[in-house]
Amino acid sequence: MRRYILSFICVFCLAAFAFSQDQHAPQSGGHPAGEQHGAADHQPAHGEGSHDAGCGPIEDHGFDPGATAFHHVSDQNVYNIGPIQLPLPCILYAPGHGFTTFSSGRFHPDSHGNGHAAIDGYVLVEGLVRRIEDPSFPKGEVEVGHHPYLKKEVQENGKEKEIPYVCYNSQLYPTVGHSTADFGMFGGGITSFYDFSMTKNVVTMLIVFLFLAFVFSSVAKAYAKRDGMAPTGLQGFIEPIFLFIQDEVAKPFIGAKWEKYLPFLMSIFFFILGLNLFGQIPFFGGSNVTGNLAFTGVMAILTFLVVNLSGNKHYWEHVLWMPGVPSVLKVLILTPVEFLGIFIKPFTLMLRLCANITAGHIVITIFISLIFIFGKGQWGPSLGTSIGSTVLTMFMMAIELLVAFIQAFVFTLLTASYIGSAVEDGHGHDHEEAGAHH
Amino acid sequence: MLFLIEFNVIQPPVGLIFWSTVIFVIFWLLMSKMAFKPIIAALKKRESDIQGSLDEAKRVRQEMQNLKAENEALLVQAREERAQILKEAKEAGNRIVEEAKTRAKEDAQKIVASAKEQIEHQKMAAITDLKNQVGAISLEIAEKVIRKELRGNAEQESFVNGLVKEIKLN
Repeated sequence: MRRYILSFICVFCLAAFAFSQDQHAPQSGGHPAGEQHGAADHQPAHGEGSHDAGCGPIEDHGFDPGATAFHHVSDQNVYNIGPIQLPLPCILYAPGHGFTTFSSGRFHPDSHGNGHAAIDGYVLVEGLVRRIEDPSFPKGEVEVGHHPYLKKEVQENGKEKEIPYVCYNSQLYPTVGHSTADFGMFGGGITSFYDFSMTKNVVTMLIVFLFLAFVFSSVAKAYAKRDGMAPTGLQGFIEPIFLFIQDEVAKPFIGAKWEKYLPFLMSIFFFILGLNLFGQIPFFGGSNVTGNLAFTGVMAILTFLVVNLSGNKHYWEHVLWMPGVPSVLKVLILTPVEFLGIFIKPFTLMLRLCANITAGHIVITIFISLIFIFGKGQWGPSLGTSIGSTVLTMFMMAIELLVAFIQAFVFTLLTASYIGSAVEDGHGHDHEEAGAHH
Repeated sequence: MLFLIEFNVIQPPVGLIFWSTVIFVIFWLLMSKMAFKPIIAALKKRESDIQGSLDEAKRVRQEMQNLKAENEALLVQAREERAQILKEAKEAGNRIVEEAKTRAKEDAQKIVASAKEQIEHQKMAAITDLKNQVGAISLEIAEKVIRKELRGNAEQESFVNGLVKEIKLN
């Protein structure tokens, strides 16, 4: 028991130390251009650049936990570990302007991911590349100074929208974000440029890809080398998980054709699990790949394609013209519902994974933000809240580990059941029943 | 509220969609070929190997049992055979002894019989010899007697002949 208490105190001290050292990091969202820093500020140089730019003073809004959390879950054009911003390659495409490639290190990002330079009209705001559309803005590499960015509310299509501006030579230039494929539903849309950069999420995917490739190729090698022998080491660690997916997910849900779809299920499960767990590693960037709609959307689309391309006659009959139901009901209710179901199923897969993982990241960020909300830069309250916050964060991280497994499993399980419903033959209704009991 | 970043995880960037697709599809194809399919095959093979081994063990155990039963049956049979052989041997022995006894008896009887015969022969020979000698002696006696008395006494001669005849009958 004493050992547990000791180790807890150790972890707490480390955490408190890290928080006090990195106090500026979670405040990143609250650092607008020209912000007048409070007593807690330890970077006095911040206040100067924007005054030079001459776009007028901007009021201080203090620490914003929401912005901090959004910044934390967002994809980035830099790989940020604490205050360190590792440069990543930028591959930007603007129609009519062509491809522009350079390292994001050329933006000279500060510890919040705000670039000090503009390159060919591209700037780095909060770790994300944005574009200045105004043709009067100089091309090439341009020094824009410290904290040149500020946000202004503008009216667009009758809606209020906040747009980051760049202050350069006493003039404000509006910026636009990269194109997103949400068709304007969630506030994005197609803009004047596309960002094909190797972002933080892409790099994370590559790391996880390489790691899993290494793990599975060595496991496969072990199976080849130790043919007919009991599994050991890494092979012994992977095998129960592998067999679990094979025997508890693929076989009961897909039925006779399980072997054909097992590689897809395995890829889904291990890739999502790997990304979920990678995002949970503390002080390692906390990449939120599986919490990004782009990634979960791709997985959902692939699932949609696999399910519907392997759908047999029986499946389409059930979707489009359910046997044994009066025609009126079919036309009015069942067929439209079933048809929409084809799209709703992968859509829920996409949202479920994204929401769960993003929520976990946000909750942990908010728990840590409590220290800065209640501490207000003073020692006493900071220490007090740190204790509570550390306990809550540790608890939450434990739950997040569970969630990482559960969400990977749920995604795989549901994919398997959708594939199962698409490939079952007319007589295989017992499969469905067997699946329902699990 | 002033912050520069939006809640952008629900705004899927085109570039990230592109990279996710590329990376995941490569992962899927590569891992299927390099890892998942070989692992599935290896696991299947091992499963069938284990099942095979279990079946084999069962079969061997059954065989062992059969063999044991067979051995026991053989043993019982051997024991019976031994008893049979012993019994037969005893019988044979007895029979041989019996036969020997019988033959010995027969032989003895034969010997006795032949001995008796021989004795009879000898006796007859001896008797004959004796008769001849007696005859000769009688003749001598008779000659002597006759020489003395039979000077013309026919009655006496026939009497002597009668005597000789009597001796022959014995």
